Amino acid sequence: MAKKLGLKQRYGLLTRGLDWETSYQPMDKVFPEATFEGIKIKDWDKWQDPFRLTMDAYWKFQSEKERKLYAVLDSFAQNNGQLSISDVRYLNAVKLFITGVSPLEYQAHRGFAHAGRQLPGVGPRIAAQMQSLDELRHAQTQIHTISHYNKFFDGMHEFPHMHDRVWYLSVPKSFFDDARTAGPFEFMIAIGFAFEYVLTNLLFVPFMSGAAYNGDMATVTFGFSAQSDESRHMTLGIEVIKFLLEQHPDNLPIVQKWVDKWFWRGYKVLGLVAMMMDYMLPKKVMSWKEAWEIYFEQAGGALFEDLARYGLKPPKYHEQATADAEHLSHQNWSIFYNYTQAAAFHTWLPEDDEMAWLSEKYPNTFDKYYRPRFEQWRQMEKDGNRFYNNALPQLCQTCQIPMAYTEPGDPTTICFRESEYKGDKYHFCSDGCKDIFDNEPEKFSQSWLPVHQIFQGNCGGADLGDVLKWYNMNVGADNMDQNVSPEQALWDKWQAERSRVAAE
Amino acid sequence: MGVIALDPDYASKVAPADTLDKFHGNQLVYIHWEEHLMFCAALAFPFPPGMPFGAILAEILPTFYGIHPDFEKIDWGKVRWTVDGKDITPDPEKSLADHGVGHKSLIRFWTPGLTGVNGLATV
Ligand SMILES: [Fe+2]
Ligand SMILES: [Fe+2]
Repeated sequence: MAKKLGLKQRYGLLTRGLDWETSYQPMDKVFPEATFEGIKIKDWDKWQDPFRLTMDAYWKFQSEKERKLYAVLDSFAQNNGQLSISDVRYLNAVKLFITGVSPLEYQAHRGFAHAGRQLPGVGPRIAAQMQSLDELRHAQTQIHTISHYNKFFDGMHEFPHMHDRVWYLSVPKSFFDDARTAGPFEFMIAIGFAFEYVLTNLLFVPFMSGAAYNGDMATVTFGFSAQSDESRHMTLGIEVIKFLLEQHPDNLPIVQKWVDKWFWRGYKVLGLVAMMMDYMLPKKVMSWKEAWEIYFEQAGGALFEDLARYGLKPPKYHEQATADAEHLSHQNWSIFYNYTQAAAFHTWLPEDDEMAWLSEKYPNTFDKYYRPRFEQWRQMEKDGNRFYNNALPQLCQTCQIPMAYTEPGDPTTICFRESEYKGDKYHFCSDGCKDIFDNEPEKFSQSWLPVHQIFQGNCGGADLGDVLKWYNMNVGADNMDQNVSPEQALWDKWQAERSRVAAE
Repeated sequence: MGVIALDPDYASKVAPADTLDKFHGNQLVYIHWEEHLMFCAALAFPFPPGMPFGAILAEILPTFYGIHPDFEKIDWGKVRWTVDGKDITPDPEKSLADHGVGHKSLIRFWTPGLTGVNGLATV
């Protein structure tokens, strides 16, 4: 081949020319997971990949981004970038990210590698494999970025260990475990479409803008480095759903069920982001409610209007999620305030100016339902009686979050839902979580619920101290209220030194 | 509806994680004080089925709910109780099982006149 091939030709050869029908083994043995979910594919060649990326171009592009990122990270470390953040409280968002989100990047790496291996079509197989490599890179670069903060601050040192064990981290972990133990098509709809396309802006925009607003230039740089990958991932997500719906009318009810399930699963995980935005950022970007309006109601609304031509409906209970936006962050922050003694990050009560911001952003609910709670807790703290909940909470069997959410339309009553399976009761925080269980009780009756595991004796012992040790928590530093934390004391000392130097 | 699995016999191999036999003689019980949402969720406990209901009244509730300013004002004769949605009248001498409390039962109670700090159920 004398002539050098163009990118389009090389992609064509990679995704069409290199594939073959196997002869030693039948194709259904080579791709054993291709049919059991009931998805019917007539013609894999109809797959369109607008990026048409080849491996050599991929390596070249990624290595350039990598070089730039590490140059910035080096200078961040040399210039003591940790001193430029808005306030020490900001780091709690970073802790939530490294313990709760970065391990999901790794899970996504594994999931897309698996889906890529199992999809019989070579176009999506290659796109999934490239996304798998991206996700591995995201996990690695996030760990490198955040490792600098780990030199000075608490709660980040055991992130993979904690991800597997700590009660609230079972929320994001079980979300991905659920996706990765599904078939390849469900995984592609769960992560590729519902998470990476529909909900991704509610995860990455808040964290990356939060970093930018709060002086965390290291995380911002990581965000830029991942941006072009994200647009490729979104394209894969939207392509996969259109492809499945175009291939066979029988695919519609299956895909609809997955869209309903994974919207609700993803929305529940994003509750952690909601509280991060409204309570953890010293300099706020926007409220959760505003973010939900922009990224779900408007963007998602337009998306589902577009998908209506395939007969696909917007996800079930999306109106509920929209109504919940008035309450979600306040209820979640309350959970963590209740249980800060068992969390690997700190909580605190909003200051007066933050309460004013919350009143302005949530005029229908904050002053009426939540400000009085925070004021009561503030009084108790002042009296030397900082409120902690000393019993373990009841958890939702599906999302694994403490059952803290209230009845639709009644913020004063906890929402309890129940099902029965094989003679045992199962409890849920919402109709959405109950539906998911009822569709797959075989799967969700096996959930590893942290509270129940503690009572079974599988988590280091019966006392809180035993369990925290089993979590590898540095007790007294990683947990408890921000105000009594060693890193608050360290930060205050740094600030005092700075003002002393400035005065001289 | 059931799970769609690669293994057609999957459903028959399922072993639910939280069956009664795994709790060393205890059963899971959830307790919730209504209209006092300072406590973010119902509380979970491992209790022996033979435990007298009185132990909940005398030990469990004061230990875990006693910090709330409403707690000392409760008139226990007026409290309304449900177990898994059915009304009950507690007898302190009788066991949890006698009250219909089984594995993973939910006990809810309402304290009339006491609905949170300043009457706000979310506090
Ligand atoms: Fe990623
Ligand atoms: Fe739930």
